[in-house]
Amino acid sequence: MMRLASYGQVALVVAVLAYLGAVYVMPSQVWMGFTINALAMTIVALSWNVTGGFGGMSSFGHAAMYGTGAYASAVLQVQFGVNAWLAFGAGIMAGALMGGFIGALSFRYGLKGSYFALVTLAFAEVLRICAASFNITGGGRGLQLAIEPGVAALQFNKDRVLTYTLLLAIVALVMALTAWLKYSRFGAYLVAVRENEDAARALGIDTYRVKVTAMAISGAFGGLAGAIYLQLWLFIDSAVVYGVAISVVALIGPIIGGAGTVWGPLVGTLGLHLLGEGAKTALHNAPGLNFVLYAVVLIVALRFLPQGIMGLAARIGAFGRKGGDDA
Amino acid sequence: MLEVRNLTKRFGGLVAVSDASLDVPEGAIVGLLGPNGAGKTTCFTIIAGFTRADSGSVRLNGQDITGMAPHRICGLGMVRTFQIVQPFAGLTVQENIAVGAYLRHDNRRDAMAEARAIGKRLGMGAMLDRPASSLTIAGRKRLEIARALATGAKLLLLDEVMAGLIPTEVTEIVGIIRQIRDEGHTFLMIEHVMQAVMSLAETAYVLNYGKMIAQGTPRQLVRDPAVVEAYLGHGAAARLQEAEHA
Repeated sequence: MMRLASYGQVALVVAVLAYLGAVYVMPSQVWMGFTINALAMTIVALSWNVTGGFGGMSSFGHAAMYGTGAYASAVLQVQFGVNAWLAFGAGIMAGALMGGFIGALSFRYGLKGSYFALVTLAFAEVLRICAASFNITGGGRGLQLAIEPGVAALQFNKDRVLTYTLLLAIVALVMALTAWLKYSRFGAYLVAVRENEDAARALGIDTYRVKVTAMAISGAFGGLAGAIYLQLWLFIDSAVVYGVAISVVALIGPIIGGAGTVWGPLVGTLGLHLLGEGAKTALHNAPGLNFVLYAVVLIVALRFLPQGIMGLAARIGAFGRKGGDDA
Repeated sequence: MLEVRNLTKRFGGLVAVSDASLDVPEGAIVGLLGPNGAGKTTCFTIIAGFTRADSGSVRLNGQDITGMAPHRICGLGMVRTFQIVQPFAGLTVQENIAVGAYLRHDNRRDAMAEARAIGKRLGMGAMLDRPASSLTIAGRKRLEIARALATGAKLLLLDEVMAGLIPTEVTEIVGIIRQIRDEGHTFLMIEHVMQAVMSLAETAYVLNYGKMIAQGTPRQLVRDPAVVEAYLGHGAAARLQEAEHA
């Protein structure tokens, strides 16, 4: 399913897998905790990749879906005593609905490019303020889950190795779904819409439906990421789950790793987290430094690596005639 | 097969298309001619559903498709190409054609196989794995036709598919279009290249200032005073006749 185009890409993927495997045997728990965070963010990156990477609809507000997934799950568990598993599923659904809703509204009015990006940002911000204002969402205090470790409440944070393994499995599943999407009719339609919407319409593609569906799928992944965040930390507040930081990390990982590729979001997000963490350690935890670094890396990537790290790797030892950004 | 009746389209004070009607019988190659700015492309965009007409109707195989969305019209068997070629740059030639083929095939393997077959039929066999962005203009024009054909549509609207081609390339495309027609397709084409119109179209319509000013075989049309004047200016027909007699 996940076709690689060159020895460079194979080497890159092997390196990523080796790192993910090595985390199991690394003596320090710090690495595992750090990688857990990176994997959790990879899911948002994969979510952004569906619309921003394949569909060319660059959202600047993926926190809207992430936060909605987290809040839907938290409100159901805390305010209504709903079972954690059901609430988790509801979080995914809520993310999909929010994505579909934002998409339906934006594309009904033909928003594209920076206008679409700004509208998604506005949605995330409005939702953040709403979540901080109403009692049912815990207002400014946020929502805290009752702590009851175990399978019934989906709380595994005591067992780092299990948490890590589960996250790995989820990331692998979302990547497999992404790969399936990429090589399906829907994926081809999504790329056609990205490359040329008029030509796509002429060839019988209902572009509005394709775009809204992509937003709903992306929203489901985003909601999933939010619901996972809740189960990991058992606490959410609006500034975190609807925060701009989530939207930024969601787009920066795929862009640096390679937008519209299956492995790009994982490679980019993991690379960025490693870089950010490395810089923090080297410079004694200067706060916010990782974001300064992200910005620098993003600028460099946009200037020199239009297809991200996966695109760069594709040029190293290409397998011949199909050479390109296929991955 | 296609019946267009009394189309009118205004952009502000400008009447781009005025009361234009035309017919395309099944199996025909019909030309739509006219000087620059005559309203040919506007006419096309209305027929294909990209623009709404202020009045008038379009019927395809007897069914009223006026104002229908382009993707639905395509599903009914009529597809347009673009004057400014619009390949999906990030995809290979074969994947480009497959986007059209997905309309009738829901899985990748079938769509790609169909795309390969159509690409070969149109003489693009060697280019299938190349990125579409690497094609020459002639290649891109062929790709436009291949993609349109892949949707399974029976009626193809070609918007200046010969423009920008050198004479040998025109001859090749003319051959391809004739071959596709013989396989059971129908064409309505906007064309400036007279070599192509003369050798392909059985019937042609001439549009000027949004109005249909003439209809007939290409040979009749080049002798029609109204057509000559549309291209060469008022009084040109009379002067030409004088010149011939002198």
